[in-house]
Amino acid sequence: MSGAEKINVKVTNIVKLNDLVTRFEFKRTDGGLFPTFSGGAHTVIELQDGDLIRRNPYSLMSDPMDQDRYSISVRRDDEGRGGSLFLHNKIKIGDDVVLSHPVNLFSLDLRAKKHLMIAGGIGITPFLAQIKQLDRSHGNWELHYSVRNQSLGTYVDDLMSMHPNDVNVYYDDEKNFIDIINLLDGQPLGTHLYICGPKGMIDWVVGEASNLGWPSESIHYEEFLAPQPGKPFQVKLSASDKVVNVGENESLLEAIEREGVDAPYLCRGGACGQCETSVVEADGEFIHRDHWLDDEVKLSGKKIMPCVSRFNGKTLILDR
Amino acid sequence: MSTFVFPESIKSRPTYGKLQNRLGKSYFFISDAEGAEAIIELASNDPGLMTKSHVVYIPKDTGDQYLKKLDALNINQLYVGPSYSAAQSRILQTFEQAHMGLQVCLTGTEGLIGQALRDAEAAGIPYTSIQTEHRGSLSRRMQCVHCKGITEDVILDPFVCSHCGLNLFVRDHYSRRLAAFQGVCIDAEDPGNVPESVELYK
Repeated sequence: MSGAEKINVKVTNIVKLNDLVTRFEFKRTDGGLFPTFSGGAHTVIELQDGDLIRRNPYSLMSDPMDQDRYSISVRRDDEGRGGSLFLHNKIKIGDDVVLSHPVNLFSLDLRAKKHLMIAGGIGITPFLAQIKQLDRSHGNWELHYSVRNQSLGTYVDDLMSMHPNDVNVYYDDEKNFIDIINLLDGQPLGTHLYICGPKGMIDWVVGEASNLGWPSESIHYEEFLAPQPGKPFQVKLSASDKVVNVGENESLLEAIEREGVDAPYLCRGGACGQCETSVVEADGEFIHRDHWLDDEVKLSGKKIMPCVSRFNGKTLILDR
Repeated sequence: MSTFVFPESIKSRPTYGKLQNRLGKSYFFISDAEGAEAIIELASNDPGLMTKSHVVYIPKDTGDQYLKKLDALNINQLYVGPSYSAAQSRILQTFEQAHMGLQVCLTGTEGLIGQALRDAEAAGIPYTSIQTEHRGSLSRRMQCVHCKGITEDVILDPFVCSHCGLNLFVRDHYSRRLAAFQGVCIDAEDPGNVPESVELYK
């Protein structure tokens, strides 16, 4: 079976945090302990939605050392493909769902002398676990958290009351923005920078840090891409000898899985590289959307990341 | 010519690049002997660079050959000292007070580059972001794996450990933690049977 190992869990608590964000808490169905994880790890939640199995990655935001429960905080996305809406509207306390073992693509570099965290909106979730981890090891950290307004400041009150000196919150509606250049300038040698938030924010912060001479090895960011809908297309799978029609609202990976082909995956967001698939033959245009393949490979048309990328054209044959 | 192309070797053997002008708030050069040539070359491509640079330079046996040229580069802060150990407290203090955006450039012999790399890494700079360029002597800083003593500037293979007196074979096996190549007893099985020493890479 592809993906990380699975854990059967029960929803034990659902807490509405504000208009957009709700926290879901889980315990193991078998009563056992969860594995510990490292701050920044995510889990892939498997939801049975009628005939459809939804698999969505969310950052674990509970205490990494708490083996009793896992928690995720989910922002409702009314425009998305429905995974977050399904969680918000359909999932009830007591429901059975499946989580994957934690996988970390956004871990702290523990050689850092200082951890400088920049969060935008729901991008706060991996930092919540990282802060708990660093707090326990007396780590040197500082958080700069940008939110739209007071009512959408998810976990602002918790963070401010527990870490008043290390947390800085910025409210867009009060024209209160992160002064990134002055913040980056003067950070002690050995500082590592972590960014989680919208793509625009990641590009902006990474760009300014690079301009100031921060080495790329000291800059870490996480951006999960949700698969985007697109024109339906057909794909032939040469190894499993199947023809799969990819619908408008499903990803290539989901369509392959629907046909019973066990394709590898981990993050389902174009970041981890696990689902990389070789192209046998293609006549048409690739719509590459991942962060994994470099530009040269993308242009070559020899590889595709089926979790987020699509195809537009006559023929596509994949080695799967 | 002070450059040399090292032949391919085992993975642990360090490799070196060529100094480049990268974006950065400030520059910190640590250099010895012919390494001065690499700094002078970089400065000739971008004279402005030197006004935001701190240079620690150890002339070793080049004496005052490069000092006038370095002086003429308009370096913000230039320190000339007798050895890495003599300069080390200054180097460590510079790292301690430095901020992100500092570019570290190491150039000269392998012993100098290795020790400065070790100290820069300990200060929190990612190893792979530090620029290095080998110049000058092919001598090595060697650790005797038997007595753990360090012998500097080893150019002959085999050589005699300056601490315990064993005859040591010069290996490419390198330790980043110790900033030294490993020297292993060459006549352990048959004491006294020591091949004649040859100069490294000759």
